[in-house]
Amino acid sequence: MSNETNPAALAIGGARLALILPSSGQRRSYRCMAIRDNHAMLSAEEISIILLSLKVAAASVVFSLPLALAAALLLARTQFRGKTLVDALIHLPLVLPPVVIGYFLLLAFGRQGLLGGFFERVFGLVFAFRWTGAALAAGIMGFPLMVRAIRLGLEAIDPRLEAAARTLGAGRWRVLASVTLPLALPGIIMGALLAFARSLGEFGATITFVSNIPGETQTLPLAIYNLTQSPGGDSAILKLCAISVLLSVAALVVSEWLNRRSRGPGASTLA
Amino acid sequence: MKLEVAITKRLGALELDVEFSAEAPVLGLFGRSGSGKTSVVNAIAGLLKPDSGRVVVDGEVLFDSARGINLAPEKRCIGYVFQDALLFPHLSVRHNLLYGAPRGGGGAIGFEAAVELLGLAALLERRPLALSGGEKQRVAIGRALLSQPRLLLMDEPLASLDNQRRMEILRYIERLRNELKQPVVYVSHAVGEITRLADHVVLMNEGSVLAHGPVQQIFNRADLRPHTGRYEGGALIEAEAVAHDARYFLTRFRFDGGELVAPGIDTPLGARVRIRIRSRDVSIATVMPQGISIRNVLAGNVTEIADNGGAIVEVSVRLGTIDVPARISRQARYELAIEPGSRVFLLIKAIAFDKRSVGFAAS
Repeated sequence: MSNETNPAALAIGGARLALILPSSGQRRSYRCMAIRDNHAMLSAEEISIILLSLKVAAASVVFSLPLALAAALLLARTQFRGKTLVDALIHLPLVLPPVVIGYFLLLAFGRQGLLGGFFERVFGLVFAFRWTGAALAAGIMGFPLMVRAIRLGLEAIDPRLEAAARTLGAGRWRVLASVTLPLALPGIIMGALLAFARSLGEFGATITFVSNIPGETQTLPLAIYNLTQSPGGDSAILKLCAISVLLSVAALVVSEWLNRRSRGPGASTLA
Repeated sequence: MKLEVAITKRLGALELDVEFSAEAPVLGLFGRSGSGKTSVVNAIAGLLKPDSGRVVVDGEVLFDSARGINLAPEKRCIGYVFQDALLFPHLSVRHNLLYGAPRGGGGAIGFEAAVELLGLAALLERRPLALSGGEKQRVAIGRALLSQPRLLLMDEPLASLDNQRRMEILRYIERLRNELKQPVVYVSHAVGEITRLADHVVLMNEGSVLAHGPVQQIFNRADLRPHTGRYEGGALIEAEAVAHDARYFLTRFRFDGGELVAPGIDTPLGARVRIRIRSRDVSIATVMPQGISIRNVLAGNVTEIADNGGAIVEVSVRLGTIDVPARISRQARYELAIEPGSRVFLLIKAIAFDKRSVGFAAS
């Protein structure tokens, strides 16, 4: 696998490779698998756990990125009353126990909750006990990390570059799109990576908010936790742990590759 | 280009209160560091909002606090060349140049012409990080120029360059002035750059305008000498190149107070130039000296002696219509009995004139 040149393949490569190997239709308990099927790389359950984890993490990053960008721009580029409060609010998931966040989410985004009811009525979107809820929890837990990284990226930009762009006739939006965001790209990539990794590892808020439902909300950490609750699952646990490590390393490699590409000559067409 | 500026702005300890109106191809904004020059150009560009006042360029009001007008920088059509170039690091030289260019081309200067004028052809695909200081500044000038500005602001564009690069960029800026007739506001604390480039000078000191007027007038005013540069101070004359001496590489210049010889500077015959005579390069004799290497010996009458009791006195001698100051020791002044009205000879070495003290006057 040429991970340097084609990281997308690397990112999903592990999963795809695994898809080919296991015998289909095998539905057995983890314990049996651990004993009888050691030569098979991954079971169907494990693959579905990985895919679900990737889906949850990807969705959480994709949907929180625009909000995190807006929040970072607000904090890095503007002065307003109550800025400290907004800053503190954004950082709350970093300092509160995840279980507390999960419980708040349950109150607000449960089907009886104020926001949960709103989303269900207006968008037909249900969070409670769905993978969407897991993505929401992961997105909120990763949000402060993402905002911090993007904000650092923004603050590293010389504001006079933006002033120079404006004297060249560029309005605020064009300056944002053609100068600010491209220069903040390393920070944005770093923020997305941190949030993605945080999402893959999210446990407390997820299990509190959407419970531990196999095939729906059971992501990698939840599956590992489940296995630890029953005796004899050590090899299955280790396997899932190894997958966790692999996914995290793959995310790092992809972000590093993106970062390098964003500084490379290809970026010169961003005008 | 007609520029009217009347603004006030509180900037920490500095109270900016600037008022001038000038009509000139190249306007020099001259003063010490910290005198508020950059704030004035920032206000013209729209990057700094004055507390009160007006900024008008060629009759268009860009800022007027009384009428609540404050055009955004991108609406002002004013180019800006910053001291440290400020090229976009993520774009190639080509895309930096094209950043402000109107879509579909058009305007006073095209892409190819700007690239040719500033010698950028070899740099187009490079990244700003890979450019030298002088190259960066040339790209910055091209970038500003291609946005087709009605007025180009240049804030100390040579300050971060070494001497050789300075001369090189200075020649490019002269080409803008002479070939493109691009109106420029040029900010500097260097006498040589201002006297070479500017037609009209605004002399700033501690946030306000001390004097403004034609460059020759300002730099020949004795009362402004403490501000127009003690060490670099002197007279500024306008002269015409009348003869070349190919054998010795000398050029003869004529001005209304006589003739001057300077080393072979590539000045076409008939060209009008401004020559700066630094007062520390001028000596005085009371009799016509004999057997002397100094090529320029000019007779005139002493008009004024500035003597504040120190080691040095400044003796002004009338040559034609201007007073040329000579800095000599006080002891020499009394030994030679130089008084106002004395007939004396000014001695100036030909090699005292270098490329920095001779500049083409705008035609």
